[in-house]
Amino acid sequence: MTHLATQQSESVMSSNRELKIEDVIPVIDDIIAQKRGERGSLIPVLQSTQNLLGYLPKPILIHISEKLEIPYSEVAGVVTFYSFFSTTPRGKHTIRVCMGTACYVRGGKEVLAALSKELKIGVGETTEDGHFSLEVGRCFGACGLAPVVMVDEDVHQRVKESQIKHLLEPYLEERGEEDES
Amino acid sequence: MCKLTINGKQVNVSDNSTILEAAKSVGIKIPTLCYLEGLTPMGACRVCMVEVEGRATLVAACTTPVQEEMVIHTNSRKARESRKVVVELLLSEHEGDCQLCERSDDCELRQLALELGIREVRYQGEKPPAMLDTSSVALIRDSAKCIKCRRCVQVCSEVQRVGALSAQFRGYHTTIAPAFNDALESITCVQCGQCAAVCPVGAIIETSHIEFVLKALDNPQKHVVVQTAPAIRAALGECFGLPPGTLVTGKMVSALRELGFDAVFDTNFAADLTIMEEGTELLTRLRNHFILGQETRLPQFTSCSPGWINYAEHYFPEILDKISTCKSPQQMFGAMAKTYYAQKANVDPADMVVVSVMPCTAKKFEAVRPEMRSSGYQDVDYVLTTRELGDLIKMGGVDFIALPDGEMDSPLGLSTGAADIFANTGGVMEAALRTVHAVTTGRSLASEDLHIEALAGLEGVKTASVTLSGTVDAWSFLEGKEVKVAVAHGLGNAASVVEYIRDHPAEFQFIEVMTCPGGCIGGGGQPRFTTDAVRLARIGAIYQEDEGKPLRQSHDNPAIQQIYAEFLEKPLSHKSHELLHTTYAKKEKVTP
Ligand code: SF4
Ligand code: SF4
Ligand code: SF4
Ligand code: FES
Repeated sequence: MTHLATQQSESVMSSNRELKIEDVIPVIDDIIAQKRGERGSLIPVLQSTQNLLGYLPKPILIHISEKLEIPYSEVAGVVTFYSFFSTTPRGKHTIRVCMGTACYVRGGKEVLAALSKELKIGVGETTEDGHFSLEVGRCFGACGLAPVVMVDEDVHQRVKESQIKHLLEPYLEERGEEDES
Repeated sequence: MCKLTINGKQVNVSDNSTILEAAKSVGIKIPTLCYLEGLTPMGACRVCMVEVEGRATLVAACTTPVQEEMVIHTNSRKARESRKVVVELLLSEHEGDCQLCERSDDCELRQLALELGIREVRYQGEKPPAMLDTSSVALIRDSAKCIKCRRCVQVCSEVQRVGALSAQFRGYHTTIAPAFNDALESITCVQCGQCAAVCPVGAIIETSHIEFVLKALDNPQKHVVVQTAPAIRAALGECFGLPPGTLVTGKMVSALRELGFDAVFDTNFAADLTIMEEGTELLTRLRNHFILGQETRLPQFTSCSPGWINYAEHYFPEILDKISTCKSPQQMFGAMAKTYYAQKANVDPADMVVVSVMPCTAKKFEAVRPEMRSSGYQDVDYVLTTRELGDLIKMGGVDFIALPDGEMDSPLGLSTGAADIFANTGGVMEAALRTVHAVTTGRSLASEDLHIEALAGLEGVKTASVTLSGTVDAWSFLEGKEVKVAVAHGLGNAASVVEYIRDHPAEFQFIEVMTCPGGCIGGGGQPRFTTDAVRLARIGAIYQEDEGKPLRQSHDNPAIQQIYAEFLEKPLSHKSHELLHTTYAKKEKVTP
């Protein structure tokens, strides 16, 4: 596609790997080819793309807009409508705070506020250094241990606001090690 | 046919009508806001709610189809109250400063509030975060005034097939904007201003040049010349309450003199010049095609409409070599004013200010393109829309209606009827064919009134063909040849034509494209509100102007003959190329 030629130096981050845009395009084109016939194929294409890359880089959105012949403004309209979609890369660690009823009433809301304050990001955002992303979840099935916070695959139970720093520590230490190396 | 009752009146309409159309057919007005004539109704604003007997809730008249035996009340208490609530809610979110707003004269929201008898707003809404976007050279978006009716979205995507605007974010944060609420300047927008033309409120307006023009007029050191596009004379009267289709050429000239311009000239002069250059260019390409068999730059596309040029540069780079290299009449005028006229009038071009009055917002963009400085200066300094000229005249305290008719100055004020019709769809083509036919056959077009019937009217794409017979010696290779032409207005129609010629490359030789529906008479800078009826009335005035001229073929214009004799030598001469022609460059289709 035309615009991509000028963006060869750009790359996208996917989980831990760095991918060149032009390497990703053929995969996106496959996704588009599979979904094209479907009614409202835009959302499924966006979902698959986000599953693949972890987020939706703007050059990729432009590519999707051109391929599906849907105005870029409309594609952006859909991406900004659903909080599920993100145009910034996910952090290295994803923190999910359960907002199911049990967790919510037993302090999940306060824990979320404290995390948000500590990390200086809102829900759906990623810290500047790309280390943490903050999200909310719907019931992790551990209501007895509410409120629950998941960091990646680790489940943290009965979390209190005051324990936030402690909870994040192991993940932060690892960041320190990386910096030194 | 479908039989129904509206407000006690029997109505017969076709089955696929909406309630709104049915009511209109018997003279019942239902207030609307998001509805745009001729486009798919969106049902977004809920202003047009009416009561249908037997239905639990009110329905939107613009989207609801009629049904046999329907009984409708458009003016019941329930319907009136619902409309009031909707408009009050809009007002409660609206950053309203009517006294200071550009749109206070023709604002549909203000008008609607008046008509519905709203004297207080019973709701208090928190005003959503707003953004004033002044990044574009042609347009300003003020989201604080936006009522999210989405007319601009519809025009930009459905009519212009650009799709620069759409709803971004959700709920309370929803905003009608470019992708990710980015600045207009940073995305692909062709600057046509059709969004500004349909916006019911002051949320999209042109970037004003009024202050710059006043400053130039106040400066005794400056020689300020003005040119008016052909479409202005058929619409300016509307700014002063005259009905659409009133021709005000003479009053317009007098008003410009009253405002203090040093010379009042006509873009029409440059339109005649365009025909000389563009017609010769076409004949040259036809010669290469028929004699050498190697011309690839056919069909030739017209180049007078800057929104179309932007569109082609972004969307159809593969046809850029087929577009006429002629600058638009506005820019030809600027280049001639600051060279030829400057010499003649003994004015230093550094002290000359060229002001254009255009029906168009894209002309503001065109004037600052880097290619448009062939006089050694910016060829056109400031561009006023028709609406801005109306405002300037009012600010100057000029009683427009009472003005006597004035005459344009010589030499850049002289023109033929062929130049007038540049204002409407089909006109540039007709003007070109008048000259091409006369030059190649020595005779004028066959039709008595010089019109080409098939190119008139508001059909989105029109085609015609002219067979050249009895050609003079120099053009005998065209003997018996049929020249097939197409005309498109509205960029969506232009896109269809370009897509068609991909598969039928040899079908047409010449294609006219105008960015705005109806051509310049329907431009983004014209007085609001432009409906099809208004378009037809303005076109009627333009034809009247053309038919009233003693000379109606561009090559007959004595001032044009003079400029070639004294200055340019001949069409496509070295000097013409330097001053009157330009180049185009491929741009990204979607600029993020
Ligand atoms: S947009 Fe209309 S209602 Fe709003 S401030 Fe302007 S004139 Fe008043
Ligand atoms: S100026 Fe034309 S292209 Fe730009 S946003 Fe408005 S309607 Fe769309
Ligand atoms: S900018 Fe104007 S036309 Fe567009 S949605 Fe807002 S109010 Fe409607
Ligand atoms: S005019 Fe019918 S919903 Fe807006």
